[in-house]
Amino acid sequence: MRPILLAGHERALTQIKYNPDGDLIFSVSKDQQICVWFAHNGERLGTYRGHQGAIWTIDVDPTSTILASGSADNTIRLWDIKTGKCLKTWDFPTAVKRVEFNEDGTKLLGVTEKRMGHLGTIVVLDIEIDVEAEQSDEKVMTIVCDESKATVAGWSYLSKYIIAGHEDGSVSQYDGKTGDLLYNIPIHELNQPITDLQWSQDRTYFITASKDKTSKLISAKDLEVLKSYTADTPLNSAAITPKKDFVILGGGQAAMDVTTTAARQGKFEARFYHKIFEDEIGRVRGHFGPLNTVAADPTGKGYASGGEDGYVRVHAFDKGYYDFLYEVERERQNRLAAASA
Amino acid sequence: MAPSFDHLRDEDLDEEDFDMDEVDISDLREKYEVQLEQGYDTFVVVDGLPEVNADQKPKLVKFLLKKLNSVGRVSEDSVYMPMGDNGLSLRFAFVEYSSPAEAAAAVRQLDFTPLDKKHTLRVNKMTDVDRYGREGRIEEEYTAPKIEEFQEKEHLRSFMADPSERGRDQFVMFRGETVGVFWNNEKDQPENIVDRQQWTETFVQWSPQGTYLTSVHAQGVLLWGGASWARLRRFPHPFVNLVAFSPNEKYMVTWSNRPISIPDSGHPALSLDDDGKNYVIWDLETSKPLRSFAQQDTPATGDDPAKKPAKFPWPAFKWSADDKYVARLNQGTSISVYELPKMNLMDKTAIKIEGVMDFEWAPATPRRDGVKTYEQLFCFWTPEIGSNPARVGLMSIPSKQIVRSLNLFSVSDVKLHWQSDSAYICVKVDRHSKSKKSQATTLEIFRVKEKGVPVEVVDTIKDTVINFAWEPKGDRFVIITTPEPVGAVAVAPKTSVAFFCPEKAKGNAIGNFKHLRTLDKKNSNAIYWSPKGRFVVVAAIANTQSSDLDFFDVDFEGEKPEGEKDLTANLQLMNTSEHYGMTDIEWDPSGRYVATWASSWKHAMENGYHLYDFRGELLREEAIEKFKQWSWRPRPATLLTKEEQKQIRKNLREYSRVFEQEDADRISSADVAVVEARRRLLLEWVTWRESMEEELVEDRAALGLPEDPVAELLRQKTAAITPAAGEEQEEQVVEEIMEEVLEESEEIVN
Repeated sequence: MRPILLAGHERALTQIKYNPDGDLIFSVSKDQQICVWFAHNGERLGTYRGHQGAIWTIDVDPTSTILASGSADNTIRLWDIKTGKCLKTWDFPTAVKRVEFNEDGTKLLGVTEKRMGHLGTIVVLDIEIDVEAEQSDEKVMTIVCDESKATVAGWSYLSKYIIAGHEDGSVSQYDGKTGDLLYNIPIHELNQPITDLQWSQDRTYFITASKDKTSKLISAKDLEVLKSYTADTPLNSAAITPKKDFVILGGGQAAMDVTTTAARQGKFEARFYHKIFEDEIGRVRGHFGPLNTVAADPTGKGYASGGEDGYVRVHAFDKGYYDFLYEVERERQNRLAAASA
Repeated sequence: MAPSFDHLRDEDLDEEDFDMDEVDISDLREKYEVQLEQGYDTFVVVDGLPEVNADQKPKLVKFLLKKLNSVGRVSEDSVYMPMGDNGLSLRFAFVEYSSPAEAAAAVRQLDFTPLDKKHTLRVNKMTDVDRYGREGRIEEEYTAPKIEEFQEKEHLRSFMADPSERGRDQFVMFRGETVGVFWNNEKDQPENIVDRQQWTETFVQWSPQGTYLTSVHAQGVLLWGGASWARLRRFPHPFVNLVAFSPNEKYMVTWSNRPISIPDSGHPALSLDDDGKNYVIWDLETSKPLRSFAQQDTPATGDDPAKKPAKFPWPAFKWSADDKYVARLNQGTSISVYELPKMNLMDKTAIKIEGVMDFEWAPATPRRDGVKTYEQLFCFWTPEIGSNPARVGLMSIPSKQIVRSLNLFSVSDVKLHWQSDSAYICVKVDRHSKSKKSQATTLEIFRVKEKGVPVEVVDTIKDTVINFAWEPKGDRFVIITTPEPVGAVAVAPKTSVAFFCPEKAKGNAIGNFKHLRTLDKKNSNAIYWSPKGRFVVVAAIANTQSSDLDFFDVDFEGEKPEGEKDLTANLQLMNTSEHYGMTDIEWDPSGRYVATWASSWKHAMENGYHLYDFRGELLREEAIEKFKQWSWRPRPATLLTKEEQKQIRKNLREYSRVFEQEDADRISSADVAVVEARRRLLLEWVTWRESMEEELVEDRAALGLPEDPVAELLRQKTAAITPAAGEEQEEQVVEEIMEEVLEESEEIVN
């Protein structure tokens, strides 16, 4: 099926998020605007204005009430999704590269950049999911990354751990309550930064993407690498698809090298891999710049990708996608069906 | 505790008492003693002279001077012949040359030369006499050198026996800093045999029959082989750049653009004679150098000073098909033919051919009609000089007879193309019109095997011929032409690919060469025939615009076009393919597979390789970072006789049935293994997920959290936006109409 092209941004996309119901798509880009779109037809619902710098990251709470965004203007802002009103602004010494709500939306973490003598940190804020409520100014917790700065981070199941991916290719597990470092394991090639970290639906495992051209599926509990997916290009983003056992990887030649290479050279394709067997299943073309972010619809009906070219492409899966099964998967499905009958 | 001034013992200060004589420094003295120049380097000692008295002495000296002056400058004064007490000479003389180099030359060239019938000169360096002649320097008693016990070496051709009994071919891959040798497994991952980091510094190369793998280092060339990939030979040519083997792997020539400089401390293999040389010819069996040569400056092409002379002609030394001769072109004057293994110039003189521009040896020992004696042939050409026409000649070695020559006019360039059996040589002649404005090319084919070597002119081609290739062991050829000369244009011009083959003729004769077909508007620039003939790949390589591959069969077994009934070929395009950015193509030695690769030596885009079968079916592609080189391991010539080969061809059907069965079995067993592995993976995943989910539920229960963390939140939110309980909420129906124009067409209705 033909994808819906969302041409609302003027500069490179940085992150895309679906809300939990999969009916809204939030996208942020370097053009200082947050856009929200209807997932089913690509109509723009509105924009959230206020940031004074490139916006790096966005997240939406589990009830689709409030929105958090982090920007190069050194702030995290909280927005009322419905009205577009800015509810709260937290200031930081450096740019904010990643924000994420925990599973019940009571906490928000932010990853701040290492710059101008400030070390990279992961901060945690208490949130009340209520547009009327007064949000607390205080940072509940600050984790300082003195070894290698964190590039991405997220909350595990039960908000038990904070998992961070670092610039040096390692992954850390911090205690979600105390902020103590529990493990730091070199997962990706040394000094190849981790560019994305996205969760499975129950947040028990996650996927990382790295400039080392690989993506890894990792268990949140013990940081065990469950699966590894190898691509032929530096990766910027990776997502796990619900319902079907696939992962989507996006990347391409670094933006600065793009003008020097032909379009076919850039490998600007979304790649689908089988989550369990690690085989590449297919590719989706369309972007004419590297893919900076991919997001899977939580209801499993489609995915969206955002590129350096400034476009968001929203794809709905067709029948072939749902029918695709490996022989051994079909075998197991048939066996289960027979057992339940 | 560290010693400080306060508690230094008295003894520590007593340096005055130290006795220098007690220390034995003889070892140090020996090591560091300055070697004063001996000053005797220009002196030689001549032994083996006749015994003469004082009267006869001047006569002998005069006679001796004649000999001595052949290598350097010696006057009567510089010969000192001591006389004994009895008035007779002591049968030796000291001779002083004007330079050490002359003295060295005298030792080399005059030692063991006869003075007269009875006397043979022995010439030694004075310094050597001093060094070895002194008492105690050489042991008095002869001890026989220890002869190493014979040790069985590995079989160097063991690579011919594929352990899987599938007759697979090997290839070497050089990527990143690693060199690996692999078995070709068609579609599957190639099977690694050996993989080594930093195996070579610049490139790797197989010897022509596949026995050795050559690695190139700053110190020289190494040959590897056998089942263990041990180092077999060492050729220490410093800063070597290129290597070429003789066709039968008996000899090797190495070249470096830096002249060899032998350090004072000497060199393990090369001697002072090799100083300043660029080429070294080596014997492969003994790893000893046979002779070295300096590089010749090629004179700039006369009429066009802007055109730089080729940096260096390579291969400069060309081997005859049987390794008996190696020859070098002295551009414009002569060809030097050396006989192996002695490496002496044949008949002590180069073959003078005025104006000679290029030559090529016959690639196989030729068998001319009616010629019974042994011969090798080479073909050469000379341009027009004054009013003399340009000439292409065929010379027989060792007789140096010109067996055929052909005069040509208005020639601008000539290229010589031998067919692999030496049955034909095609001379591609680029001619210009009188005004030098238009160009045309003719192909003159010498039929070497036929009586009198008839020459056939095939065709006059208006366009520039940029490539030519004979079918190996066959008699068909392909040319690529282009309307404009390939110059400094950004976009390469379109090209045409033309096929030629002989007409059908009675009996065993080969008919006249005829044009078969031309394919226009191509981008191709390279021709690769299968080493077994019949199949040919025409491709556009190292081209940024296009990278097409066309696979042709010239003996297609289907219907033949009516117009080509009399020709001995049936051309069919089997397949086309594309490999973006490919820089090289190579057929495997069996003619079953074609490898194409994009080397990071040429560009950094999509480096890696593709593997095709002979029909052009893509079997495998792999993108490899910093992929540099691929090379199929050559095979030696078959040991089967013609009859045995014929027998096999006759029973091919039976053989292929067996092989097909084996292939099918292997594939199905591999499939079973893959399915098994997947089943295992799936089971592992499902088990892990189940245990994880269970744990999650338990954890939640332990923390007293609800099963779904957001269910309660969502319920609250729904309650908040629902106006009031009990009140009927009007359901809102949103209707959306989508309209899409599929096609628009206008029709004019009268």
